[in-house]
Parts: sequence; C-alpha cells; structure tokens
Amino acid sequence: MAGSLIELRNIHKSFEDTVVLEDFNLTVNENEFITLLGPSGCGKTTTLRIVGGFETPDKGSVYFEGKDITAVPPNQRHINTVFQKYALFPHMNVEQNIAFGLKISGKTDQYIKDKVAYALNLVNLKGYEKRKITQLSGGQQQRIAMARAIVNEPKVLLLDEPLGALDLKLRQDMEYELIRLKNELGITFIYVTHDQEEALTMSDKVVVMNNGIIQQMGTPEQIYNEPENAFVADFIGDSNIIDAVMVEDKVVRICDRIFPCIDTGFGNNRPVDVVIRPEDLIIGKPGEGQLDGVVSHNVFIGVHYEMEIEAGGFTWLAQNTTSYPVGTEVSLSVIPENIQIMHKPQRKDEEAIEIDV
Amino acid sequence: MSRRYFASPFIVWIAAGTVIPLIMIAYYGFTDRSGAFTIENVVSIMGAEHAQALWLALLLALISTAICFVLAFPLALILKDSRLGTKGFMIFIFVLPMWMNFLLRTMAWQVILERGGIINGILTGLGLPALDIINTPAAIVLGMVYDFLPFMVLPIYNTVMKIDNSLIEAAYDLGATKGKVLRSIILPLSVPGIASGITMVFVPALTTFVISNMLGGGKINLIGNIIEQEFTTSSNWNLGSGLSLVMMIFIVLSMALLSRLDKNGEASLI
Amino acid sequence: MKKFLKGLYIAIILLFLYLPIGVLMVLSFNESKSMSIWTGFSTRWYEEMFSNEMILDAVWNTFTIAICAAAASTVIGVLACLGISRMRSRSQKVIMAFNNIPLLNADIVTGISLMMTFLVFGISLSWGTVLLSHITFCIPYVILSVMPKIKQLSPNMYEAALDLGATPAYAFRKVILPDLMPGITSGFLLAFTMSVDDFVVTHFTRGAGINTISTLIYSQVKVGIRPTLFALSTVIFVIVLVVLVISNVVQNRKGARN
Repeated sequence: MAGSLIELRNIHKSFEDTVVLEDFNLTVNENEFITLLGPSGCGKTTTLRIVGGFETPDKGSVYFEGKDITAVPPNQRHINTVFQKYALFPHMNVEQNIAFGLKISGKTDQYIKDKVAYALNLVNLKGYEKRKITQLSGGQQQRIAMARAIVNEPKVLLLDEPLGALDLKLRQDMEYELIRLKNELGITFIYVTHDQEEALTMSDKVVVMNNGIIQQMGTPEQIYNEPENAFVADFIGDSNIIDAVMVEDKVVRICDRIFPCIDTGFGNNRPVDVVIRPEDLIIGKPGEGQLDGVVSHNVFIGVHYEMEIEAGGFTWLAQNTTSYPVGTEVSLSVIPENIQIMHKPQRKDEEAIEIDV
Repeated sequence: MSRRYFASPFIVWIAAGTVIPLIMIAYYGFTDRSGAFTIENVVSIMGAEHAQALWLALLLALISTAICFVLAFPLALILKDSRLGTKGFMIFIFVLPMWMNFLLRTMAWQVILERGGIINGILTGLGLPALDIINTPAAIVLGMVYDFLPFMVLPIYNTVMKIDNSLIEAAYDLGATKGKVLRSIILPLSVPGIASGITMVFVPALTTFVISNMLGGGKINLIGNIIEQEFTTSSNWNLGSGLSLVMMIFIVLSMALLSRLDKNGEASLI
Repeated sequence: MKKFLKGLYIAIILLFLYLPIGVLMVLSFNESKSMSIWTGFSTRWYEEMFSNEMILDAVWNTFTIAICAAAASTVIGVLACLGISRMRSRSQKVIMAFNNIPLLNADIVTGISLMMTFLVFGISLSWGTVLLSHITFCIPYVILSVMPKIKQLSPNMYEAALDLGATPAYAFRKVILPDLMPGITSGFLLAFTMSVDDFVVTHFTRGAGINTISTLIYSQVKVGIRPTLFALSTVIFVIVLVVLVISNVVQNRKGARN
C-alpha cells in the first residue's frame, strides 16, 4: 500500500459482552490530519488505543509502514499520544515531563535542552521549563502534553479528545494551533472527538463512526454537504431529514410536491431520505416559493435567527439573518444542488440518534 | 451557635486524654521519687541493660519494617493490575485477621515454630534440618512482620490505586520500559503511602513488649519490656517515664519524617 | 506464566496471614490441652465456654466496652468533624495534628500515660477507666473515617435544601447525614474493632479488677492457655466472617439492582 502509513485490517474487539469493533478496516496516509468522529461508545477511542498499542485486537492486524506491529508494545512503537486528561506527570516539572521520552532514547543533555526549548517555543510557552504542573492552567497543560508528545518526532501523533476540557474560546484557539503544528511538523495526526466542529475545522479527512462501523469517510465538505445516510446527516450540523419518494433521476417528491434535484441512481418511485440544511432554505412571500408555511418558533442566536416553519406537514428548521416573527406566513424554496438524497437506513447504526431529553 | 463549637467535646477529650497524660510522662520522667528535678531517668538509657534493649528494639523494628515493605509493595502493584481486588475486598481480607485475637495469633506462631511444632515437623519429614527459630530474635521479627504487615499493605495499596492509569500509559507511550515506569512513575507517586506504612509499622514494632514476651521466651528484653516492667512489677514510674521519653524521641522522628514525605496528608489507612 | 507467579505470591501472603488462625481453629477442637499433639476431636472447649465464669465476664466486658466506646467516640468524632470543617485551615491543621497523636503514638505510651493520669487524679482503675481510655484512642479513627466524607460533600446540596425551605437541622438530617453515613458507619466499625482487639491500653488501665478477652489470654500465657479461649476466639471470628460476608452480598445485590 504505497503512501499508507497505518493500516488496520479486519479488527475485531470486544469488551466483556459488548462488541465494539467488528471487521473494522481503515487506512491512514502520510501527512494526513484524519479525525475519527462519532458519539460515545462508537469505537473511535478503542480504534485509537489499538493504533497506540494500549489495546490488543481480538482479531485482525495493525500495520505501520507496511510492517505488522500488532504484537509490538506501546513503548516500542514510533507513535506518540496526547491523552484526554493530558496525563502529565505531577511529580515532575514541565521540562522533566517533556524530556521524558528523549531521556529514554538516550539523547545527550544538550540535545534534550535544545529540543525542550524548541518544543516549548512551538506551543507558545517559551520559558516554562521549571514550572510545576499543578501551577498550569488547562490550556497550558494541554499544550505541554502536545509538546511532550511531538518532541520525540513521531511519525504519527494520536490525539484522544484533547480539547474536551477547555472552554469555547480556548478550544477554538487550540484548533488553529493544532493545524499550524501539523503543517509545521509535517506529521500525521489521528484525532478522536465527538465534536463535529473540531472535526470539520481541522481535518483533511473525517471518518464518521457509529456502533463500531464507519458510516462515511470523506473531506469535511463531502461529509457536510453530501451525507450518505441519516446518521451522518443528523450528527453533522443541523439538518432537516424528511421522508420522500424518488420519482425518477433528478426528481424527488417531498411533502407531495415535486422538487428538481441533481442526484441520480436512486431508482424510480423508491422511498428515500432527503437532507436539506437549514441555511439552504430560501424564505419568501407565500405563493412565491415551492412550499407554503407558517413560522412557529424564532430564536436569535447571534450569528443568525433560528426559525421553525410548519410547512407541508413537516417542521422545518431554517436559519436566516432576516427575522420572520412567529405567525408570519412564508414560502420555502431550495435550489436543486442543496437537496441531498440518501438511502433509507439499512441497519440501526445508520439511523439518526434519538436523544432522551 | 456556630458550628465550630461542635468540636468542643473532642477538644476537651484531647486535652484530658492526650495532652495531660503526655505532660504526666514528662513530669515523672524528669523528677525522682521525691518530686525533685533530675535527668537521671533519661540518662539511665545509657546503662548497659537499657541501652541493649533499645538497640535491639531499633534493630528488630528496622528489619521488620524493611521486610514488610518488601512484601507489601509488590503485593500492592499486583493488586492494582488485577481485577480481583476491589477496595472493599482488600480491606476486608486484611482486616479480617484482626478479629482473631492478636495475642492468640502471635502465640500460634509459637506452636508453628517450636521444636516439636508444625514447620519442623514438615522439615524433618522431608529430611531437612530442623529450624531453631523459637525464642530467638528471628522469631520476634517474624511476629512483628506478621502482626504489622496489614498496616504496611493498606496505605501503600490505597496510594498505588490512586495513581491514574493514564500516567502509566503515557510513560509507555513515551518509550519507557516496565522498570523505568516503576522507578520513575509508580515509586515516586507511592511515597506518601510508603511513608505512612513505614511509620505505622516501625513505631509499634519499636515499642512492643507482647511479641518479645511471647516469642522470645521471656528472655529477650526490648525497650518496651523494660518500660512495661517499670510500670507493673517495679512501680518505678519515674524511670519508666524517663525511658519512655527517650523512646518517644524515635516516635517523634518517625512522625516528622512522615509529614515531610506526605505533605498533603493524603496517605491513609482507610 | 507471569499471571501464575502473581497469583502464587498473593496466595502465599494470604497463607501466611491465615495460617495461625487455621492452627488455632484446629486446636480448638483438640481433645487435650496440648498445643502440639493432637489427641482427638472434641467440642468440650466450646461447651466449657458457656459455663466458665471468668470467660463469660471477660466477654461481657470486652463487648460492652467496645460498643460504648464505639458509640461515644462516633458521636464525639462526628461532631468534631463538623466543627473542624468550619474552622480556618490553620486551626484545622493543628487540631488534626493533635488528633493523629494517639494514632501514631505507641500504645504503650498511651497506656502508661493514661494510667498515671487516672491514678494521680485519684480515679481508681476499673471498667470505667478502661472505657474512657478506649474512647480516647477510638475517636481519631472515627475522625479519619468521617473527615474525607465531609471534605467530599457537595457544598450546594445543603444550600439547595435550605433554598427549598428546610431548617438547618432538617437539612442536616435529611441531606448531610445520609451522605456521611458510609463514613460514620465505617468509623464506628473501625472503632469497635480497635476496641475489641486492644490489649496494651487495657492492660495498663484495668487495674486488678476486670478482664477483657485480651487480658485474660495474656494472664494465661505463662501457665498455658486453656483451649476454651481458642474456642471463644474461633466463635467470634466465624461470627464476624459471616456478618461481613452477608453484608457484602447484600451490598452487591443493592448495587446490582441499581
């Protein structure tokens, strides 16, 4: 497999009675920022830990640069991990933490000193060598954990939901930091998260998982604009998912109205799921669009107005910078390119997640 | 009424039950029978018989503490890894023997160790020479280790269990061998528990008189025996208190060491 | 292989711990008084246990002292924890340091110092002085068990109760106390255990009057211990074992149901 850095083949993994991964396959290429995205329990962390060597698959193999490393323990893999709660050694200071891996490789004192300074500089924490871990803030600890991992120049960096404990602004700053680091260092990032915003912002490739099965793999744009099933559509961004009937290629019937679209290959008169993003709904005067309705909810969230519109027997979620007060009669339209057709879910894991409020 | 005053019964009890009695020891330690000030009682530690008792007690206590540590630390590590030790179960297993009277348990070792006893029965049965341990310092060490091992295991176990597994995984991730993980991660983070365990074994071992009585055949005198005799058979409170004061120096030293190594007071028995 | 060695290590240590107990239990069924020769199976010592005055007295003393000491020290200890947690950090540290003294101090020192104190103040040694002494060394164990629970208390729960209209006393009973219960219970049990098993402090503070199980045993060490005492200890041990196992099972059932 030319260019593939990591390959997981036919991985099976169970914990007690629960099967987490079944016949799981994944290829990661060099210099990629690939994100495993999914809800809790979907198997993304288990996959990451198998790559890192902290879990052994029940069946299947892990390949690194073409060699089978399934039986290789974590301390011999040329891979480093940034742990979810940072796992910084509390009894050592910043410098000792970062130098830990370098000391083990037997580097000279001068090399270590230089490398530590370089790493701290890279994460914008110059001069922090002698600080105690307990004195650091969450964001600083996160960056030290990064520094400790990358200073060993691994080919692959594994990141297990590292931004989860940070508040919003800091998280957004760190997302940009991670992209910058990846570009500067040129190493492959395998990132695990349940937060779709992180996934879409940073990744070259997103792997959406549910129940141990890959639902869809693609660039952030592909995942967002062309979700392949209800689960992906619902998990990424807000969406309107409606039952519809594919009349024929490029024609779909939604809420008893005919809508032209651009998808083909879904058959004739077949039931399908349709996804339309809220921001793609064009709101106009009644009668001027494809579907008439009434505004039932309106909330201002800063970036835009979130509105719910009852039309054609369905509650549509719409986003617009213009506000339409509750009770206004409106019409809805959507251009063909923004109608995404999906197959009906074949299995439970392809369905949208129901949340118990 | 402020909630702070809830603690008053306790404070009264400390004053009456701990502070005043300690003052008593100090008073009697530094006076003679007539009440006059003297340092005779304290200085008498240098006398041959007393000095020997103190040295022997120190030696045996140190050996026992070391043995307890060597036994307890690997045990704590094994239990941390395995699934079988839940915290409650561990405490259960080590606290349970305390419900069989400790005098009898200690004395049972007499049965096990003596010339005609069980161990020698097995050894001679196998054709090996009989062990003559009973009534020697070795027997006393055995008794000390037996009685105090739980006090070393529990604090160390508690501290080791608190070590976040992700720290150990991070160390492996960075390339550490098992030995390096033990030396650089687990051991330093176990220090509070180890310090607590050492104190909880060393002090009782140093001051015991029961164990030396029962397993030493009554011929081996530790400092504890001498003090006990001064208070029961000899009724020489002054000498007894004086010797206690000397013994207490070592207790205070242990406590000071403990508070240095366990700054946050995180190590506990429970 | 490694797993086997680890298991073996644990097994050896457990064997070491329980071997003397096993020996005692076996000897309690020995026909003769000998501790090294088995002459036959007999339950005579168990029968004698119920008729021997000295032993019955000692048992009575041991357990009444233990229950009273555990109860009293629990009350004082819980109150103390509530009070201490309200103090400034400095005062807290000082008081906790004093609390640690009986724990870290050698029991012989505790014993002799209490003995001298009682006699100097003219209190003659009896059941009462033993009880007072036991309370003194039990309180720290209660505090050690309860303090961590108090520190872990969610600060908002008490306020939430007040917010909903509860009086401080009601809030304490219904909200704080249940949270502390595990700590209080384990503190009580720990105090009880330490009291039952105590020898040294009792030895010095009992005077010539009463005996507890421990002091009775000690008094017979030189002359040879009647196996009746082995029988007694075995019975106590088995009772405790059964109680603990049952409570463990009950707790697991409760947990599973949740």
